[in-house]
Amino acid sequence: MNSAVISGPLAAGGGAESFFHERSGETLPCQARAAHLFCWDWATEHINRFGTPALQQFELVVISVVIGFAIAFAFALLAHRYRPLQWPFLAGTGVLFAIPSIAFFLLLLPITGRGRETAIIALSAYTLQIIYRNVMQGLNNVPESAKDSARGMGLTRRQILWKVELPLAIPEIIGGIRIATVSTVAIATLAVFAHAGGLGTQIYTAGNETFPTAIIIAGGIAILMALGIDAVLLTVQRLTTPWRRAQKEAVA
Amino acid sequence: MSLALLPNPLLAGFTGAFEFIFSKQESSVTGGNKVGGIEQVLELAWTQVELSLLALLLAMLIAIPAGLYFGHRGKGELVAVGIGNAGRAIPELAAIVLVATVIGVGFPVLVLVLALLGIPPILTNTFVGVTQVDRASVDASRGVGMTEPQIIRKVELPLAVPSIMTGIRGATVNIVATATIAPLAGVLTLGDFILGENVYGVNGVLAGAICTAILALIFEFALAGLQRRLTSKGLRLQQAQ
Repeated sequence: MNSAVISGPLAAGGGAESFFHERSGETLPCQARAAHLFCWDWATEHINRFGTPALQQFELVVISVVIGFAIAFAFALLAHRYRPLQWPFLAGTGVLFAIPSIAFFLLLLPITGRGRETAIIALSAYTLQIIYRNVMQGLNNVPESAKDSARGMGLTRRQILWKVELPLAIPEIIGGIRIATVSTVAIATLAVFAHAGGLGTQIYTAGNETFPTAIIIAGGIAILMALGIDAVLLTVQRLTTPWRRAQKEAVA
Repeated sequence: MSLALLPNPLLAGFTGAFEFIFSKQESSVTGGNKVGGIEQVLELAWTQVELSLLALLLAMLIAIPAGLYFGHRGKGELVAVGIGNAGRAIPELAAIVLVATVIGVGFPVLVLVLALLGIPPILTNTFVGVTQVDRASVDASRGVGMTEPQIIRKVELPLAVPSIMTGIRGATVNIVATATIAPLAGVLTLGDFILGENVYGVNGVLAGAICTAILALIFEFALAGLQRRLTSKGLRLQQAQ
């Protein structure tokens, strides 16, 4: 296949060869030949280098989703209690959602510089809309009859919220967290541009693209991580809602 | 507290970026080429708009009919929802860089890749939107003698518009964001400022981030407006209640 011809500022610097200069003495190792999509030899030999980036990415995702959930959940409870707040929260989180993460990272440059905090701020801002929308949807889907029964039993407004509405909304709430987590794992790969580490460092290093084997491994780990977290959350969803085996897929 | 203390470094940071957007700057790279300025900003922005719009249109052309068809038949739920979930998990950076190094670079390739990234949310939301249409409405339309294509076009499609638009907006966010890293695959968009710090300097990076964010918001607001126009009046009344 043709090798990538890149114009613009990225043209400077070599490709895979310069990235793996430590091996340049050998006669064209497998990963330096453009025709090779995946080098098993290199992969088995270098799989260790993906450990730390994977861990960094996992941390970024977990911290961002936890922060995003705390804020979005608070917003949703407020909007549920004071209905006029619904629209401004939806619009505000929508704006944060629409801004591409890579732009968000660098918009924060004059404020927080580069690093983990910057990535976490941008990533949690991205999750707000997804989680907020799902929590609201869950609360709105609670049948009026359930709330009526609770009222009839003499529950206070707060008790109804925590003992009736929120438990019934769990499928949508966790559905929102699942969507947010899976997307955040994918997007956290871009954290390399915020100098926050992560799997992106194995895809794009020092202004250069790495080579197919490394990209496939890094991308593959990201996908497996997303699916793994999703499976765990799905289990939590099922265990916390034993009364609702047929869960609805959240729309987002 | 003194006002001058806090925002000064902040303002200084952003001032440089705005200067970069509106007037050409001396590049930090040798050769003394001027970079930045409104002309280059608009040129790169236009490439990004073209790339994103074409990809979005292609994704819609494939995903909406497919979603309508399968939703109408009520078949393929696992596949339609599964594609949506799987699509979300694909790391855009890996996809773009892998395509660039394996298949090659260029505008048409990127349109295709971005369209592929846009298909899952549109397909899933179209499918879900159609399956959530009240079956009584569909039965009633059949009762008054509508053909199946008419039911899809005149009943299911209008009722599914809010859901379809949610999918399109999600896809657009994805596509515009990924178009920002298109310079990695040889198509120069606003992301070139962000990725090319050694050429454009910190001001250029920040300017790129500002312009990209503005562009993404323009897309978002345009689609929100479109959604309002496309949602039938009756549906809007129902939602307002």
